[in-house]
Amino acid sequence: MRYAMAVDTKKCVGCSDCVVACQTENNVPIGYCRDWIVEVTDGTYPQLEMEIRSERCNHCDNSPCVRCCPTGASHYSDGGIVLVTKDMCIGCGACIASCPYDARYPHPDGYVDKCTFCIHRVQKGQNPACVEVCPTKCLYFGDLDDPNSDVSKVLQKRKFKTLIPEAGTKPQLYFLI
Amino acid sequence: MGQSRREFLKIAGIGLGGIAVTAPLINWANGSISTDRLPAEDFISRTPTYCEICFWKCAGWVYKNEKNDIWKIIGNDDDQHCNGRLCPRGTGGVGMYYDEDRLKTPLIRRTIDGKQQFVEASWDEALTLVAENLAKIKEQHGPECVALFTHGSGGKFFGDLLNAYGSNSITAPSFAQCRGPREVAFMSTFGEVIASPERTDIRDTKCLVLIGSHIGENMHNGQVQEMSDAIDKGATIITVDPRFSTAASKSKYWLPIKPATDLALLLAWTHEIIYNEWYDKKYVEKYCYGFDELKEHVKTFTPEWAYGITTIKPHIIRETAKEMANASPAVIVHPGRHVTWYGDDTQRLRAVAILNALLGSWGRRGGFYNPDRASIPSFPHPEFPEPKKTWRDAHPGLYNLASEVVANDICDSTIPSPDRACNFKGWIVNGTNLIFTLPDQRKTLAAIQSLEFMVVIDTMPMEITGYADVVLPECTYLERYDYCRTDQNRQASIALRMPATTPKYDSKPSWWMVKELSKKMGLEQYFQWNNIEELLDWQLKQIGSSLEEMQRIGVKNFPRTDDYLYFGDGEDIEFNTNTGKIELFATDLQNEGFDPMPVYTPHPEPQTGFYRLNYGRNPAHTFSRTANNPNLTDLLDENTLWVNPIVAKEWGLKPGQQIWLENQDGILSTFAIKVRITERIRHDSVYMVHGFGHTEKQLTRSYGKGISDTEMITNVMTDPIMGGTGMRGNFVTFKLENPHLTKKEVAS
Repeated sequence: MRYAMAVDTKKCVGCSDCVVACQTENNVPIGYCRDWIVEVTDGTYPQLEMEIRSERCNHCDNSPCVRCCPTGASHYSDGGIVLVTKDMCIGCGACIASCPYDARYPHPDGYVDKCTFCIHRVQKGQNPACVEVCPTKCLYFGDLDDPNSDVSKVLQKRKFKTLIPEAGTKPQLYFLI
Repeated sequence: MGQSRREFLKIAGIGLGGIAVTAPLINWANGSISTDRLPAEDFISRTPTYCEICFWKCAGWVYKNEKNDIWKIIGNDDDQHCNGRLCPRGTGGVGMYYDEDRLKTPLIRRTIDGKQQFVEASWDEALTLVAENLAKIKEQHGPECVALFTHGSGGKFFGDLLNAYGSNSITAPSFAQCRGPREVAFMSTFGEVIASPERTDIRDTKCLVLIGSHIGENMHNGQVQEMSDAIDKGATIITVDPRFSTAASKSKYWLPIKPATDLALLLAWTHEIIYNEWYDKKYVEKYCYGFDELKEHVKTFTPEWAYGITTIKPHIIRETAKEMANASPAVIVHPGRHVTWYGDDTQRLRAVAILNALLGSWGRRGGFYNPDRASIPSFPHPEFPEPKKTWRDAHPGLYNLASEVVANDICDSTIPSPDRACNFKGWIVNGTNLIFTLPDQRKTLAAIQSLEFMVVIDTMPMEITGYADVVLPECTYLERYDYCRTDQNRQASIALRMPATTPKYDSKPSWWMVKELSKKMGLEQYFQWNNIEELLDWQLKQIGSSLEEMQRIGVKNFPRTDDYLYFGDGEDIEFNTNTGKIELFATDLQNEGFDPMPVYTPHPEPQTGFYRLNYGRNPAHTFSRTANNPNLTDLLDENTLWVNPIVAKEWGLKPGQQIWLENQDGILSTFAIKVRITERIRHDSVYMVHGFGHTEKQLTRSYGKGISDTEMITNVMTDPIMGGTGMRGNFVTFKLENPHLTKKEVAS
């Protein structure tokens, strides 16, 4: 089992619904977020292109955050989901520094927090909150080992890329282009 | 300087004893947005609602956690408006409930020691004062001199109250400040309006043409969802916008048009489609009136003619016209929503309607469908009294084609004038911040100063509340019942809103306020229900449902009684126009003395050093009403001024630099705005998101953040056909230093 997510940059309008839905679902304090929007504009007026991406933890196969964690709080869970065990985290911030995607933040309660792919929902057979809420249905989630999962199907038929592949982290967040 | 009759008051009320309140009434400070209020595990209950953050009114479920606190709001899967997916504002609706800056108790304006102040009052005291003042106006001037401005669900109850009282001047800025021109234009052409949610069949379209409509930045949920479906299906999107909008970035064609010239482009497209015989001949022949006149009318409006006006190259105009024709009839030249731009807006939207008629898209799959809506009978009441005057009596003969009450006209006819039969003396304002809604704030304020009485009902201390005589704190949509939603869609449907929790503070629902007011105003016979549950249950039972059922399901869709989502092939149709046909040549416009077919007229352009002020939406906010919502300010807490890099270089502007604006009439912005240097805007325009720059200090998260575009809009170009307020003819220049500082302050 290998959980992954695909983001269709051709459909994403950057509305941030994924951000708010994550915040309310996961009790992320106001002022912090586990997912976010990036807009990249290229060219000069009027020859322009823009890519919009909903970004979050890449749940890498080769996660520097897990490797560098001194307490073992950062770990791989079911299907490769990268998690932080709150009680074991000492808030040292090594993982924050090691993440090429800047996907982690220091929670005001003293531990490091990040996207969990809504594992509490996934274990119940539901999609992550961001996937479920997205008005453009630009987020696809599922098990890459299952060829019939939403994410497998869309990756089979569309061109995609990952972010900062040169970091060698083997990210599992795919961007449809 | 003399004290004005109605001084703007900061909403922080003073206590009954005249001592300023420093401690909150109820324990609301801090803590209410605590980090541990929401478990991610499970919920203990869910109740149905429909969203009040915008007019789309998506139906959803409000989930509570094991502490019985509101946790999250999720879309209702059965709702056609949202298909189970709320937008960021709907998802962030919880912030409206938790916002600690909410209005907390009734307030009344009192003069104490020569100074006007808000004093906290009991509900009985506040409502008595409202009833007394309305009785006084009725006696002295007649009930017709009271108007209701409403842009909220609770306003429907106040509408009932006003009708019972004897006035029918019920208005919403959503007509003459927003979608009015399109409704009048489509009425003139097809004999039907677009209404809300729009009847555009985007999910099945092959070609979507957006003219200044930035779907995706406006989060009109169903349309955003369907545009995404259309992208999936490979539809062609053509976006006409001087700004590289989100929609433009998703488009096959982006036409970066020179602002204010859209009508020339529309006429050139019409020319191409007619003279290349790309129009739907069978459809036009069977259903349309005035084709020959139109053909003659657009004879000279070639792409080459339009190029000189719009800066869009002739071959692009031809190619895009051909794209539309290829997709016909599954093509939508979108009528937009906020379309009050240049004062000739009805005519521009007529050109849009005409194009759709030529392409045969009205009543066709992938074009415009025939919507259906539920009708719920009113609770039995005696007939409302017939008003002796209406808002139209203020300006006889004006805006005869306006299909709804013109809000700015009520404002105009509140400022006393001897040559008018009707001057409004009292305003009831519910859920609309008129200071930010109506352009030309000077006029709005002059009207307010002329009033004898104004009561404002709101959840938040919006600017308008500061001018009220009485402020009534409404509880949020998450804490109340309202009338059921019956808005149109592909199938008729109803949605229930019920309280998920009890009202915070001393806030109350509008239905309760109106019921209590009716007793004090001697109008009880019009409100014979004892409580809202009884009212709703009676209504729902008339249409085969019940309150109990709706509490369980939230949304009920009704099968269509006709098979009429689209026109049948070759079906005979009588349109609701003078000729019974789709009017390419509009006889009602001709009868009123207006051009029966649209004519392009040039609009003023900015002087050197000035830039056209364009404004629009951000997906995280609705108008000015969400600007203080903690969840949504977390996404965006101020607007920025979009400036082209060439312009920034000329002025030496740096990204994030704070600047002030001055418009063509010498109006200075109260606050500064941060510069966003971006290639996405033309060199002759600047752009900002509407709804920021709040001046009310009690809006602690939004006070002083960014600039209010409304403040800069003092040149209002009124549409002579329907009274719409054209707001895009305002030009601004930059002030790099704070213009509000005195020389002395600058020196120090």
